Amino acid sequence: MLETIIILIKVWAVLIALVSGAAIMTWVERKESAVMQDRLGANRADILGFRVIGLFQPLADGLKMFFKEDFIPDRADKFLHTLAPILAFFPALVTFAVIPFGDVLKIGDLVIPLQIAKLNIGYLYLLAFGGLAVYGTVLAGYSSNNKYSLLGGLRAAAQMISYEVCLGLTLIGLIMVYSTLQLDKIVQQQGELLFGFLPVWGIFLQPLGFLLFFPAAIAETKRVPFDLPEGESEIIGYYTEYSGMRFGLFYFAEFVEIIVLAALVSTLFFGGYQVPYLYADGFSFPWGGHWVLPNLIIVLLQLASFGLKIAFFCWLQVLIRWTLPRFRYDQLMRLCWVGILPLAILNILLTGLILLLIKP
Amino acid sequence: MIELLSQAAFWLFIIVTVGSAVVVVFHKRVIYSAFALLFTFFGVAGLYVFLAADFLAASQVLIYVGGILTLIIFGVFVTAKIYTMTIPQQTHQRFLALIPVLVIAGVLMYVLFTADWKVIDHPNQPTTARLGKLLLTTYLVPFEVASVLLLAALIGAMRLARPREEDHEQ
Repeated sequence: MLETIIILIKVWAVLIALVSGAAIMTWVERKESAVMQDRLGANRADILGFRVIGLFQPLADGLKMFFKEDFIPDRADKFLHTLAPILAFFPALVTFAVIPFGDVLKIGDLVIPLQIAKLNIGYLYLLAFGGLAVYGTVLAGYSSNNKYSLLGGLRAAAQMISYEVCLGLTLIGLIMVYSTLQLDKIVQQQGELLFGFLPVWGIFLQPLGFLLFFPAAIAETKRVPFDLPEGESEIIGYYTEYSGMRFGLFYFAEFVEIIVLAALVSTLFFGGYQVPYLYADGFSFPWGGHWVLPNLIIVLLQLASFGLKIAFFCWLQVLIRWTLPRFRYDQLMRLCWVGILPLAILNILLTGLILLLIKP
Repeated sequence: MIELLSQAAFWLFIIVTVGSAVVVVFHKRVIYSAFALLFTFFGVAGLYVFLAADFLAASQVLIYVGGILTLIIFGVFVTAKIYTMTIPQQTHQRFLALIPVLVIAGVLMYVLFTADWKVIDHPNQPTTARLGKLLLTTYLVPFEVASVLLLAALIGAMRLARPREEDHEQ
């Protein structure tokens, strides 16, 4: 009974954190676009004259979407048209279930692992549910009964299938190095030290893997420079016929995906919740010195570390989005099949060779 | 409590699997059939979880839902007149159809009643490591044959997608 309650609390906490994080990300996106375009932005939404650097903007956005007309095109398929935003939002949320956000929290005799599902097949789970995201997009394109939406849906399907292949292969090297599919074990191993001072983060062991994974993952979230399915600025895309909160779900799913991707990158390549030189009993530095800390402080430090890493990669993604122009469609496909894919296979080969040489 | 929830989840997966499979077969619109297949594959993956086959379940979602079904839907999308086309649902040749139905049902029943169903008393043990070891020791030859087959399919697809020589000369 107690276990069930603890699991429910964890699920609730992660859900709240993800959704409110996504709300803040809409504000970050507005602010960052303003900074990149050399203007002041998102500072008009106020409550009783208080503006707090535009932080009420997400609230205003949400209210606006609730009160907009909930429009379904006349000839559209009403059932599928309603199902599509739900199918788009669901995989974005559930992928976070296998990402560990801390080591263990000890309350008395109770040891709570800070991860919703300790899955042995965490990596496969990620890819499987990541692959589901394409259905919301494709269904939205089809059910709108609009030929431009349909074409947008087709572009999305082709793009996401292609990049799924790349995404899977870029991470094989990492799996070989840590020799586990379990994400919490991957993070645990990243707490150890290389040459006595360097944390064994994925980025140091798999630099090529990271360079290939990050663009492939951004392409999988369909953001600029890979936003051809949506085609925000000129070609209209798969959710053209959506309005109100239905559109809101697509919009929101994108921001949840940004956070999940940031969490994933920090988990796989940047030590997840690990703080360098912090162990289960406190800091112990390679140059000598030991600093014992209680479990609660360690958990808070780990959460802060993970949060900071996520914030950094969210910011980086928004920065990329407002810096780069869009790829042409053939360039997008070439990048995947001729650029990333062969390099990912090369990465697997090199990793295998090096592992063979090191481990007798 | 947990036992009850797990029972409820099991029956939910059964209903989702069978119900959506019925939609796949009987719906008049091909796009609905294709999307109902999504829930069928998903339900089957859920049943694998109940059989303590976690790796198989994830592979099922990854390969069938993430890969094969996306390609099927891609195919449906480029079908002519997808918004208006309906599939005929009348049954022709009832008696001829009965023969394969009875044969398949017979084989399934035979397997159901004669197979040596094993009940393990320690469920939910991770299977990934054991599967990996078996694939690279006992079942190495079938594993390699499957890999070569997939490689051949990959190269064949590339050959077909390549522009032909005549196209270059023009």
